[in-house]
Amino acid sequence: MASVFGAAVKRREDPRLITGNGRYTDDIQLPGMLYAAILRSPYAHARIRSIHVEKARQLPGVVAVFTGSDVAGKVGPIPTAWLPPNSGIKTPAHPPLAVDKVRYVGDGVAMVVAESRYIARDALDLIEVDYEVLPVVVDPEKAMAEGAPLVHDDVPGNVAFHWEAGGDPAPAFEQAEVVIRHRFRQQRLVPNPMEPRAAVAQYNAGSGDMTLWVTSQNPHIHRVLLSNILGIPEHKLRIVAVDVGGGFGCKIPCYADEALVAFAARELGRPVKWTEDRREHFLATTHGRDEVIDAELAGKRDGTMLGLRVRMVANMGAYLSTAAPGVPTILFGLITVGPYKIPYAHTEVYGVFTNTTPTDAYRGAGRPEATYVIERMADLFAKEIGMDPVEVRKKNLIPAEEFPYTTPLGLQYDSGNYHGALQKALDMLDYDRLRKEQEQLRAQGRYIGIGWSTYVEICGLGPSQVAGAVGFQGGLWESATVRVHPGGKVTVFTGTSPHGQGEETTFAQIVADRFGIPIEDVEVVHGDTDRIAMGWGTYGSRTTPVGGNAIAIAADRVLEKARKIAAHMLEVAEDDVEFTGGMFKVKGVPGRQVKFQDVVLQAYLAWNLPPGVEPGLEAQAFYDPVNFCYPFGAHACVTEVDPETGEIKILRYVAVDDCGPVINPMIVEGQVHGGVVQGIGQALWEGAVYDDEGQLVTGSFMDYAMPKARFFPKFETAHTVTPAPHNPLGVKGIGETGTIAATPAVVNSVVDALRPFGVTDLEMPLTPEKIWKITHGREAR
Amino acid sequence: MIPSAFAYERAQSVRDAVRLLESHQGEAKILSGGHSLIPLLKLRLTSPSVLIDIGGLSELRGISAGEDQVVVGALTTHAEVANSPVIKEKLPLLAEAARQIGDLQVRNRGTVGGSLAHADPASDLPAVALALDAVLTLEGPDGRNEIPIGDFILGPLLTALGGSDVVVSISFPIPKGRWKGAYEKYPHPASGYAVVGVAAVLAVDGGGLIREARVGITGAADTPYRAREVEAALIGKPADEETIRQAAEQADAEGSFSGDLFASADYRRHLCKVYARRALARALP
Repeated sequence: MASVFGAAVKRREDPRLITGNGRYTDDIQLPGMLYAAILRSPYAHARIRSIHVEKARQLPGVVAVFTGSDVAGKVGPIPTAWLPPNSGIKTPAHPPLAVDKVRYVGDGVAMVVAESRYIARDALDLIEVDYEVLPVVVDPEKAMAEGAPLVHDDVPGNVAFHWEAGGDPAPAFEQAEVVIRHRFRQQRLVPNPMEPRAAVAQYNAGSGDMTLWVTSQNPHIHRVLLSNILGIPEHKLRIVAVDVGGGFGCKIPCYADEALVAFAARELGRPVKWTEDRREHFLATTHGRDEVIDAELAGKRDGTMLGLRVRMVANMGAYLSTAAPGVPTILFGLITVGPYKIPYAHTEVYGVFTNTTPTDAYRGAGRPEATYVIERMADLFAKEIGMDPVEVRKKNLIPAEEFPYTTPLGLQYDSGNYHGALQKALDMLDYDRLRKEQEQLRAQGRYIGIGWSTYVEICGLGPSQVAGAVGFQGGLWESATVRVHPGGKVTVFTGTSPHGQGEETTFAQIVADRFGIPIEDVEVVHGDTDRIAMGWGTYGSRTTPVGGNAIAIAADRVLEKARKIAAHMLEVAEDDVEFTGGMFKVKGVPGRQVKFQDVVLQAYLAWNLPPGVEPGLEAQAFYDPVNFCYPFGAHACVTEVDPETGEIKILRYVAVDDCGPVINPMIVEGQVHGGVVQGIGQALWEGAVYDDEGQLVTGSFMDYAMPKARFFPKFETAHTVTPAPHNPLGVKGIGETGTIAATPAVVNSVVDALRPFGVTDLEMPLTPEKIWKITHGREAR
Repeated sequence: MIPSAFAYERAQSVRDAVRLLESHQGEAKILSGGHSLIPLLKLRLTSPSVLIDIGGLSELRGISAGEDQVVVGALTTHAEVANSPVIKEKLPLLAEAARQIGDLQVRNRGTVGGSLAHADPASDLPAVALALDAVLTLEGPDGRNEIPIGDFILGPLLTALGGSDVVVSISFPIPKGRWKGAYEKYPHPASGYAVVGVAAVLAVDGGGLIREARVGITGAADTPYRAREVEAALIGKPADEETIRQAAEQADAEGSFSGDLFASADYRRHLCKVYARRALARALP
């Protein structure tokens, strides 16, 4: 049998999902179920003078209306679970419903529970809230200025935290022949999974058990947090998140809404459902990015990078969402040097409160911003010293023989062959020929650009000891149970919580490969705290490198025991048994063998087990990685700009990624495609815009441009394989690389295309009018 | 995204729909494909107390072609128009524009009559209807009457449709002699609506001079308009690139322009000229 590890097996979850047989939270219907709707603030900053809910309560079909003061002391507060050390972090109380003040448009003010969604929605219009509108601040730098409105009265200057990493880079700047200084803006993005957030709660008053079906990337983390918020002990609280329609980070946080649904179900003794609508999603679900970054790069005229100084002001929104403080600090601030050998580096980050929707992780989370800054700086540096951007990269990429490589920011990059990936991308692109073609086309008045992004990312979160050291309020190991049933079929329980990434398939491949059994014989169970001991969920491209390795280890423990039983059955010493192709064989004696399934059956019958071996065949593993993983690669984007209208066309996109051994090339390619699309989305189209009153003016798909398939050419993808040396499978994460790499590749490409117009930088998103304003009435040189 | 309560009526005939509209006195809205109305209902931007569903009226559906014109029933979907062999043959410009409306779902459900009656200032069909001099047939309490598209669209989301009128069909005259049409669209990356959409029709005489020119522009200004200055600059001139280049410079002469988050008024004016030139270049017979 050909190995299933490395095979492009079709996603096993797809038939279920595409035939409408998935079971998303909103699909759940329970007898007697009620529906909740949440009244949200129309103002970005206002004092609540009074709330009158009587008319809403009197609407036929309304069962209950709860305000902030009704739930105070019974629900919440909503916690922040990543507290970077030595940052002076302030976590002002985050009530589940606003009590005295609303702090952003979308802030919850009251919850209606009714017999139908329609009645609940109608009742919202009957609630009368008297607001005293207060001055608003939406820009994080303005929020830090003297005299700015305070989002939280007890947080002076609106500074939520101030964090630093690295040493003093002054020596680099003293030696520098060239210093590049530049300011970058990372516009705010709105994560938009196809499925909005939803929750269904059912409380059993007899047993005191609460079940909460919820759109979560990490149900066990939600259990820990909601247990505290609701005062329900963990063994009485079951969180279920099996089919989740995408998350991209916005389903990591613990929100007030889901807690309120559980509270209402307990209070009213009936199941309660709440499903966010898309408009609500734009306002009330966490956003991503939104930072201003000042960078300084010290270098020599021969192209050597010497030092990097980065200062970021990050817009955290009105409250610190669950994992939010970790994003601009640990996930951005520690990897600003990218794949380059830069001896000195320092990062400084201010996290700032504003009257906007809270930000948190969004695919890539911090790493896209870091990659953007260093990749744009690399191009600016190249231009300044008159070098080809590829040559600058080649000169500074960390050489393959220097791994593991410790950066000046304290990370140890595990393994890499950065030059190898770059060379492969150069070959695929036929770079030298393309540069010549570019020159020829310019002469004809056509503007083609070639943009590069060589990246490394930190993922596979992560070693728990490090998690603690960087202020993550949890572990980052992962659990797996591999249970072999008497008939030889296998159930795998994982503490990760895939929600579109395809691990029901890839995890089955890992186990099928190890046991030499058909993939159909393996079932992967995830997303239910009653079925899975413990786990930390799916984010930070950790599912396969951490959860997958936990499964491999558990599977090997099963095999270890099976081998003992097989040796006993074959009447030889354990050392004389080898396991290949699903068969335990006596070495050197062809034909003396026993099938995996027969050994399994004996383990359960237990009629004749070797001494000291217990019946049954299952194993559990709690795998705590010794390091993060550092996938890397080289992406190149070729664009053409129409100088007459400013429209940008993507002509080619080449992605060479290295995530170690590939378990399923089709799924990996899918992850790269999706990631690249989202990365390009930031470069060209997406951008959440607030007006000065704190109103989100891009609050629907009519204004907020999501990438669409027709915007793209066929992507050209390839891989190099450099295993992670510290985990059994050697795998690295691939879920975010596309998003991390793509954005600067596109911007570098468009800037390159417009070089004849004297362009050195462009602010994202690169909307056509911005380009037109540059090219209009200007002669190319 | 949940509409407020409304009553639902299913019209048995066009007459019946008119009667229902009359009896509800401005409280009712006609539901055809639903792709303009239902989003408005969900956003509670409109809250009619009654919806009159005409979706089942087969008399309003279908495409028929004669020597001089193509008549499209109001309930005909954009997909049916885009894929119609008759329209592709007689008025390829109309099929070309219909293909670019919204997305697959919108084209499969959205209707020609519904789109024109809704009169979104950035929808595609008004440009083509203007360039082809389309005439709408309406039915109201006093029977049927015809109205040219130019008189029908009065402003953004505003038409000459009476409170108890139903759009029955749209007839698109087929230009005479040697002619060609083209639709050039710059879609908004989010909504897919036209930031600018220019439909152009050019007919030439035996001497290669432009005999007839009509240009409809949608999306760019506050309401779709005929670019009459462009047309005037074309008629009687040689049908060549130079004529077009000069004429297209007048594309923003009519129309009232204002900017939004995506495109300023100046940029929209500029796009009008560029897209008019491109549409006209492709419409050279």
